[in-house]
Amino acid sequence: MSAIVELKDVRKSFGNLEVLRGVTFNVNRGEVAAIIGQSGSGKSTALRCMDRLETIQGGSMLICGHQLHDDDVDLKSLRRDVGMVFQSYNLFPHLTVVQNIMLAPRMVKGIKAKEAREIADTVISKVGLREKMDYYPEQLSGGQQQRVAIARSLAMEPKLMLFDEVTSALDPQLTGEVLRVMEQLAADGMTMILVTHEMAFARKVADRVIYMRDGKVHEMGSSDILRTPATPELASFVSESAEH
Amino acid sequence: MTYQFDFGAVLAYWPLLLEGIWTTLRLTFFSTVFGILIGAFCAVIRTGGSSWARAVISLYVEFIRNTPLLVQAYFLIFGIASLGIRLPILVGATIALTVNIGAYTTEIVRAGIESIHRGQLEAATCLGLSRTQTYLHVVIRPALERVYPALSSQYVLLMLASSIVSSVGVEELFGMSNRIQSETFRNFEIFVVLGIIYLLLAMLVRTGFTLLGLAMFPRRRKLGTSL
Ligand SMILES: Nc1ncnc2c1ncn2[C@@H]1O[C@H](COP(=O)(O)OP(=O)(O)O)[C@@H](O)[C@H]1O
Ligand SMILES: [Mg+2]
Repeated sequence: MSAIVELKDVRKSFGNLEVLRGVTFNVNRGEVAAIIGQSGSGKSTALRCMDRLETIQGGSMLICGHQLHDDDVDLKSLRRDVGMVFQSYNLFPHLTVVQNIMLAPRMVKGIKAKEAREIADTVISKVGLREKMDYYPEQLSGGQQQRVAIARSLAMEPKLMLFDEVTSALDPQLTGEVLRVMEQLAADGMTMILVTHEMAFARKVADRVIYMRDGKVHEMGSSDILRTPATPELASFVSESAEH
Repeated sequence: MTYQFDFGAVLAYWPLLLEGIWTTLRLTFFSTVFGILIGAFCAVIRTGGSSWARAVISLYVEFIRNTPLLVQAYFLIFGIASLGIRLPILVGATIALTVNIGAYTTEIVRAGIESIHRGQLEAATCLGLSRTQTYLHVVIRPALERVYPALSSQYVLLMLASSIVSSVGVEELFGMSNRIQSETFRNFEIFVVLGIIYLLLAMLVRTGFTLLGLAMFPRRRKLGTSL
C-alpha cells in the first residue's frame, strides 16, 4: 500500500507556543485515520497544516504528492486533491445548496454550468439531500448543512478528505445522519483523516487511530488500541470519553 | 398686516423646478454608481491590499471624512480647472460628490467585509478559489448585504447633500430654487415646496435602493427577510 499522507517530525509554533512538537505518521490510500486526543493537543492544527491553512516550521509533510514545506508547492493543485470539512460547516449563506456546490468546480476547474449541475446532482444524492437543492443554508438543520458541506467538498473529487470535528456542533440525532454519510464515503474507498470525539465511530470505521497528546503522537495503531490501550494516558482518555 | 401666501407664484416656475429635480437626480445617480464601485474597490484594498496601498486608502478616507464637502468640491472643481482641463460644471460636481461618497462607502463596506467570518474565507481557500475569486463570490456580496441599510441611508444623505454644489454654480434643485426666490421673493413658499420635493426624492432614492437590494440579494427575496 502507498502512503498518500506522510508526516515526519512536523513542528509548528504560534509565537512561543509550540503546538506540534514532532508529529510523525502515515496514512495509506483508502484508509480512514481517526485523530483523537484532549482539546488543545494540536489535532486541528495538524489537520490545517495538511491543507496549508497553516505553514509548518520543521519536519516534512507529503500530501498527495505535494511536498508542503517547498516554497513553490502548487497550492491550487494541492487543494484540488484535498477536501476539508469544518466543525462550523462554513457554507456560503448567500448561495443556495446547488450554488454552493457548483461554485468551486466552475471557478477552479472551469467546468461549464450544465456539467457542474450534473456533478452537483451526483454528490448531493450521495448525502441524501436532492430535494434540498434550491434551499438556502439557513433553511437547513445543522446536520443537513454539514452534509451539504461534505457534498461541496466531494464535488471537487478530492483524493483525500479531512474532517475536523464535523459533528461536534450537532445533537446526537443529527450527528448520526452525518456519520452515516461519512461511513458510506469510507466504504466507497475515500481516504479520510478525521479529528473526532466519537469513539464508537472511530472504533467502527477507522483503520488507524492516532492519539495525540501535547503536540505529539502518543499512541497509534489499529482501532484495537481503543479496546486495549498500551499507554495509561490513552486508557484514561478512552474511559473519560466513555463517560460523556 | 397679514402675510398672503402665494404658492401659485412659485409653482408657476415648475419647468425650472423640474429641470432642477432632473439635475439633482442625475448627480445622485452617477455619484451613486461610481461611489459604490470606488467604495467597494477601496474597501477590498483596505482590508486585503499591501500595507502602502492600505495607507493610501486610509489617507483618502480620513481626509474626506474630516473636511467639509463644500471645500472638497471647490478644491476639485477649481483644481481641475487650474490644470487646464475644461469640464462641464455638472461633471465636475459629479466627480466631487463621487470622491466624497466613495470615502464613506469605503468605510461602510470595510465594516461589512470585516464582519465576514474567517471560516468563510478558509472554506473558499480549501475549495481552491483564488483570492480574487474569494472576494468576488464569497466576500463582497454578503458584505454588502450586511451593511445595506447603512449604505442606502448614506446615499439618501448624498442626494440631500448634493444641494451644496449649487454654490459652485450647478443649477440643481436647490440652485433653481434660489433663482426662483430671487425672482419672486417668495422665500417661505419656495422652501416649503423645496422641502416637500426633497422628501419625495428621498423616498424615491430609498425605494430605488430597496428594489436594487431585492435584485442583488435573491436570498432576501426568497426568504422574505427585510433588508
Ligand atoms: N491561530 C492560532 N494562534 C495562536 N494559537 C493557536 C492558533 N490555533 C491554535 N492555537 C493554539 O494551539 C493549541 C492547539 O490547538 P488545536 O490544534 O486547535 O487543538 P485541538 O484541535 O486538539 O483542540 C491550542 O493551545 C490553541 O490555543
Ligand atoms: Mg480542534
